[in-house]
Amino acid sequence: MTGNIDHIQSDAHIQSYGKLLGVLAILLFLTALTIIVSRIHFGGANIWVALIVASVKSSFVLLFFMHLKYESILIKASFLATIGFLSILIGFMFWDVAFR
Amino acid sequence: MEIIGKISYMETQATQPIKSFYETPSPSRFTGIGAWLLTIDHKRIGLMYMASVMVWFVIALILGLLIRTELMATGSTIMEAETYNAIFTLHGVIMIFLFVIPAIPAIFGNFLLPIQLGTDDVFFPKLNLLSWYLYMLGGFLAILSLFADGPPDTGWTFYVPFSVSTETNVGLTVTAAFILGMSSMLTGLNFITTVHRMRMPGMKWMEIPLFTWSLYATAWVQLLATPVLSITLLLVILERIFGSGLFDPSKGGDPILYQHLFWMYSHPAVYIMILPGMGVISEIIPVFSRKSIFGYKAIVGSSMAIAVAGSLVWAHHMFTSGMSDVAVFVFSFLTFIVAIPSAIKVFSWVSTMYKGSILMTPPLFFSLCFIYLFSIGGLTGLVLGAAGTNIQVHDTHFVVAHFHFVMFGGTGFAFFAALHFWWPKIFGIMYNFKRAYVAAILTTTGFMLHYIPMFILGIMGMPRRYYDYLPEFQTGNFFAGIGAYILVAGVLVMLLNLLISFKNGETSPSDPWGGTTLEWSIPSPPPLHNFVESPKPKGYPYDFTDIVRSNSLNSNDSLNRGSKL
Amino acid sequence: MIVNQSDSNYTDDKTCDAVGSHTDNENKHYDIVGSRTGMWLFLYTEIMLFGGLFVLYAAYYRMYTADFTGAGKELDILMGSINTVMLLVSSFAVAASITAIQKKSRKVALAFLGFALFLGAMFLVNKYFEWGHKIDLGIFPNSPLMEDSSHGRVLFFSLYYTITALHAIHIIIGMTLLAVTMAFIMTDKVTEHKYVLLENAGLYWHLVDLIWIFIFPLFYLIY
Repeated sequence: MTGNIDHIQSDAHIQSYGKLLGVLAILLFLTALTIIVSRIHFGGANIWVALIVASVKSSFVLLFFMHLKYESILIKASFLATIGFLSILIGFMFWDVAFR
Repeated sequence: MEIIGKISYMETQATQPIKSFYETPSPSRFTGIGAWLLTIDHKRIGLMYMASVMVWFVIALILGLLIRTELMATGSTIMEAETYNAIFTLHGVIMIFLFVIPAIPAIFGNFLLPIQLGTDDVFFPKLNLLSWYLYMLGGFLAILSLFADGPPDTGWTFYVPFSVSTETNVGLTVTAAFILGMSSMLTGLNFITTVHRMRMPGMKWMEIPLFTWSLYATAWVQLLATPVLSITLLLVILERIFGSGLFDPSKGGDPILYQHLFWMYSHPAVYIMILPGMGVISEIIPVFSRKSIFGYKAIVGSSMAIAVAGSLVWAHHMFTSGMSDVAVFVFSFLTFIVAIPSAIKVFSWVSTMYKGSILMTPPLFFSLCFIYLFSIGGLTGLVLGAAGTNIQVHDTHFVVAHFHFVMFGGTGFAFFAALHFWWPKIFGIMYNFKRAYVAAILTTTGFMLHYIPMFILGIMGMPRRYYDYLPEFQTGNFFAGIGAYILVAGVLVMLLNLLISFKNGETSPSDPWGGTTLEWSIPSPPPLHNFVESPKPKGYPYDFTDIVRSNSLNSNDSLNRGSKL
Repeated sequence: MIVNQSDSNYTDDKTCDAVGSHTDNENKHYDIVGSRTGMWLFLYTEIMLFGGLFVLYAAYYRMYTADFTGAGKELDILMGSINTVMLLVSSFAVAASITAIQKKSRKVALAFLGFALFLGAMFLVNKYFEWGHKIDLGIFPNSPLMEDSSHGRVLFFSLYYTITALHAIHIIIGMTLLAVTMAFIMTDKVTEHKYVLLENAGLYWHLVDLIWIFIFPLFYLIY
């Protein structure tokens, strides 16, 4: 459980402004990258490239802006489970949609 | 109303050393009705759910009886076809969203989960109260839809395109279901946080009672599956207002996708309904067998497995909808996998009783009926899960019989068992055993006579939701109607018996049954903060050594008194 | 805990909601981690809520790939990119405001939050013009133009309007949360000792950003 009531959040992890700015820079770079890449014609693979870049971007937001990196295993595991559940819903629906 | 009766009853007991939660409002500045409506005490909130859920249950029960009365003879018997459509829709909506889903988690979960974890409340008490208000708001809107523009006639599934094109007031009912979904979701959120953050110090995961475990598994399904229903219902509303075309074939939309989205929630919801019921049975069986539950870890594991596997099989409701054959094959196969964890539980319960010292009581009697009826429900589910036979009986009365065996014979009977099991804990009084047995026998007999003919009718080919039928279905429908009346009579006897106990029920000791989980270690009814002294972790929750030893000394005093009433 | 039998002890000490009017008259701790856990669980429900729409997107993209890529070209990439950048920067500002409050500089935290609020408002203004432009062109559900369009194009724009509208509603909720948090910081209810409300409001804001990170390529960039 948590510590003394007076200093209950003082032992929390502090991320420096520099580090957060660095993350922002990466995010902006990835945004530019995904726009540029979308202009290149990969055919059917375009959407996958876009999704992969989006996933990388959201990982940065999650890990650093949302402090997921410093959260307990419960949050990490349950977050992945949620994403897994959503992927199963979409994926299993394709048993129908892809084989009509 | 029963609650107010209870307060006056408790006032006569003012000499009791420890004040129960009925006498100590929380927050303490509120008194009278405000002490209930503004309370943040999980026990009071549980009881407010009990009062409201029971009202809905009786209403939906009567609606169901009207349906069966109409079907007892061919042609128009007591109502017109439009009324019939509205009534079976409301019966379904109320039973599912206002009774079966909230019944066990919201009433007994709220009341007992913190106690079983050895803590004094849920993690977010105000959110808990908000859930109740959302529940009431949803119920209110459902009632309102009766009086505005005609009640909906779509069935509880709100299938497009009919739900988009019908003139009746689908929008309001759908909004009601949306709000009820939020209520259920927030309860789940609260329970998960409570289990993770508020277990008493020293309580390990494998020491959590099985009822709480089942609520925990349920809570995850509530949390992750309900939003899918919310967005689906929202889309139906958008479709009706703006004609967005997402499910409209004339604009390229695909109605089958609506069915996918709907069952992505509603099949997991079946496990939201049954898992807490299984948890109740897992508590009752060991207590009255005086024997540790067989396969504690297997039951825990199967609860979680059901929660996971139950989310993968939604499309077995859609074998005849026109989806791809590959999907029919895959989902049929997956459906068979879900049967395994359910069977593990049934075997565990039966094995617990084997060579136990069985003590027959009304809660155990209801639990035994549960195991029997649920097994039939589960096995007929395999008939429906197998694609070949499913296509034969799809949308017939066979389906109706199957899911009533699971939802009513399963969750409903588990709910009755829970009522009788925890009644002395919640109200501090014991009901009459003889009348409880009569009620249980009537209910079960009526149940069988009611639903067994439907299996036969279904195999003969009688479709569900039809207002009229061919002459050869007359006999079966007539008997089903008779069964319905016996069933309802049984339920009424049961409820009356419980209500009478407020008037002349005997005071119950803290542990009338010889239970070992934490709720039996505290006074009945519990004090505001649940525990007079800090509870100590007992390790494994189902150790009956002490109970058996003390029983041999004073031979079950309280139970003998209870049965003589 | 030992329960004292006098009535005076039965006060509001059961309260431990996220907003947190906590009175510690027993040895009960305000559980920050639990409060944040609750917020994460709530975010999962939001993910699944939008998830339902992404289910539809996936299916219709598969059925009408050519129409979707065609309709995607009609959206204004510049507007979409500006909105993306604004949300990312605002997300950074909210994350930085937590760092600021941890470093006990409440004024800096307020400035960051104010900046994030401003960007959120600009996002909505931008969205308003974008929607307005599309509606001027006659692109909206059930419009005469859409009745003559291909099925895939109708569905693409229906999904576009539904998802962006739902997302805009979440922006408004997130802005409200941020504004409430700012008020709490000003009245010293959120301090360097207890800022879980700021963290939770921040989590919500980041989630809104996360969802946009997926909306942007799926609608503006499919080619």
